[in-house]
Amino acid sequence: MANNTNPGSMKRKRAIGNAITYVLLIIISIIWLFPYFGLLMASFRSFDPAIEYGGVVDYIIPHTFSLDNYKFLFNGENNYPKWYLNTLIISFAASFINTCIVLCVSYALSRMRFTGRTFLMRFWLVLGMFPGFLTMICLYFLLKQLGLTQAGAVPGLILVYIASSGMGYYVCKGYFDTIPKALDEAARIDGASRARVFFQMIIPMAKPIIIYTALVAFMGPWCDYVFASYIAFGHDASYNVAVAMQRWMVVGDYQGYFTRFCAGGIVVAVPITLLFMFLQKYYVEGVTGGAVKG
Amino acid sequence: MAKTNKGQKRKNALAQFFSVLGNDLKEIGLTFKEGDFKTRISFMIFGFGSLLRGLWLRGLTLLAVEAGLLYFIFSFGWTYLSKLGTLGTIATTKQGRKTVYGDNSFLILLFGLLALFAVVAFIAVWRINVRVSRTEQIILRDGRKLPTNGDDFKSLFDSNFDKTLLALPVTGVFVFTVLPIVFMICVAFTNYDANHQPPSNLFTWVGVENFHDLFSFGTAGFGGTFVTVLTWTLVWAFFATFIDYFLGIAVAMLINKKGIKFKKLWRTILVVTIAVPQFVSLLYVSKLFANDGLINGYLLKWGLIDQAIQFWVNPTLAKITIIVVNIWIGIPYMMLIATGLLMNIPEDLYESARIDGATSWQMFLHITLPYMLFVTGPFLLTQYTGNLNNFNVIFLLTQGQPKTGNLVGGAGRTDLLITWLYKMTINDTNYRMAAVIGIMVFIVTAGISLVVYNLLPSVKDEEGFQ
Repeated sequence: MANNTNPGSMKRKRAIGNAITYVLLIIISIIWLFPYFGLLMASFRSFDPAIEYGGVVDYIIPHTFSLDNYKFLFNGENNYPKWYLNTLIISFAASFINTCIVLCVSYALSRMRFTGRTFLMRFWLVLGMFPGFLTMICLYFLLKQLGLTQAGAVPGLILVYIASSGMGYYVCKGYFDTIPKALDEAARIDGASRARVFFQMIIPMAKPIIIYTALVAFMGPWCDYVFASYIAFGHDASYNVAVAMQRWMVVGDYQGYFTRFCAGGIVVAVPITLLFMFLQKYYVEGVTGGAVKG
Repeated sequence: MAKTNKGQKRKNALAQFFSVLGNDLKEIGLTFKEGDFKTRISFMIFGFGSLLRGLWLRGLTLLAVEAGLLYFIFSFGWTYLSKLGTLGTIATTKQGRKTVYGDNSFLILLFGLLALFAVVAFIAVWRINVRVSRTEQIILRDGRKLPTNGDDFKSLFDSNFDKTLLALPVTGVFVFTVLPIVFMICVAFTNYDANHQPPSNLFTWVGVENFHDLFSFGTAGFGGTFVTVLTWTLVWAFFATFIDYFLGIAVAMLINKKGIKFKKLWRTILVVTIAVPQFVSLLYVSKLFANDGLINGYLLKWGLIDQAIQFWVNPTLAKITIIVVNIWIGIPYMMLIATGLLMNIPEDLYESARIDGATSWQMFLHITLPYMLFVTGPFLLTQYTGNLNNFNVIFLLTQGQPKTGNLVGGAGRTDLLITWLYKMTINDTNYRMAAVIGIMVFIVTAGISLVVYNLLPSVKDEEGFQ
């Protein structure tokens, strides 16, 4: 390090620099957390006109705290528990199957060389550039033929989320590519079949990427609005939370439902946020790996 | 120079294709000429040779596929395939109290395409079948041993494991992505809209009329709206990508700075934004900026403004607000990626720069930034194309509002192509124009990806930084 400045002033300079950084970080944290604070506060405001107002107001701390909104979600006046259950079922099923499919595709593309491999990869890449929603009109019809729309929207949606999941192999294949091929070859010389190598060697080694894939595949359906709204169209009992609550806010009378939306949002957001925080390490690993390989 | 090279390449690819095709045909002819009766009958009855040679597993599979495809094509597909040219002529009508059923263009197009694919599959399986039969014959001729049925079965978990693994995913992609996309591409060349809803009103082929519509700049034409929406889409994606990118790196550097404590805490606070579902956070934020929302409320109360700022009403302001809110969404994600990458930059680079008396700004400009741009080039590209199609942010914040001026097709001032497509499908059932817009989205995405990808330094020079 350059020693032409005296250590005292260096130290002071660094201290000032750090202080500024702390201030910036605190400001950033406040900005980033503010909406959630607002959301939480609004969820405790009562919608009972005798006490307070359930719409959008110009102050943040409710005058009186109440649990009215949370009670409303679960007192049977609406389908909230049903919507929540739908979302849970769809997300868990889609996440599980999606992960299995991605693992299969990634292993095949990473480890095996077969005719049409590059063609398949290029074809899927090009296919991915079409907007996904474009397929919706046709899919809706196909699902309707199978009875998987409106009343049957839950299995229908699972099918939609998993059907093309093979195309999302990039991050996982990238990870498999980093596992040395020599390991496979050694096992195969010892007489293990490809299937055995896959199930007993690669999968146990791919734990971080499996968790990442499952997490992303879980969060997609958990938050999806577009497909869910189209397939469950007009059938209240098959909505997922996103569709139902978007209707509270936009279609319905949001002035009355705003605080109820906030409470519902908190109930949806808390488990996924905790899950995410818990698995953050794997998410970061997957995202960073995927970004560098592109 | 580069152009002629590319032309040459394409020509070579074409020549290669024809030579492969020629060789293939030659081989098929040879198979028939040299084939024994088992092989020759296999040309008609799939798997016949394999069955007679004792390989019933593959023989039966081939036979079953043939039977299935033929049954599908003739019993079901043919009625639709034959009408594919007109998409049906007799509409379903009501005569008195009786409904007289006619054609249904939608079904004809969908199942006609499916039948076409079945025909292609039939030819492909036929080719495989011929090759299998020839290989078996050659093995026997050379006096070698044929694989047993057990070997065939085992190979599905070993040398042919790729087929086992990919069968389901490829089928899924085909039925749920390829077929619908081909269907919609076809719809772009028909007049399928609110006035042509089968079965009571059939739609039919209209050639490139819809594309004509898209580029007609009259009062009712889509041209003006298309250009407006496309411009905003490109501008939005540019700002959304690059502002988030640089600010994300900046925040990551703040957190990574030496001597800063609680690094994990700062990161976690930002990461909450990724974890909380966007339909919760964005819908809340959209109300935050509403005319009667918190921000306007407090600004009014503190006397900083006299009347509410029209965040979502004024088109320009709405666009700026969207980009600002997107910074809130985008920074955490970029911060995570940048954190990992910044740690990979060799520390001695900074050390030597410091000895040479470089300021931190110079170090950022000449070490950090080039490194980051190099490593994240492909990622930036996918971010950009992802933002072109960023449905959630726009739809949850503004739903494309405000609607001012003379935009057609229900488009608002903040609509992206993708949300416009959504509206045309849901609100107007204008499927033909939705399909055209979808194709345009594809052309824009694919075009930008292709051009930029070839310009990226990390693609040109993969070893550069290693």
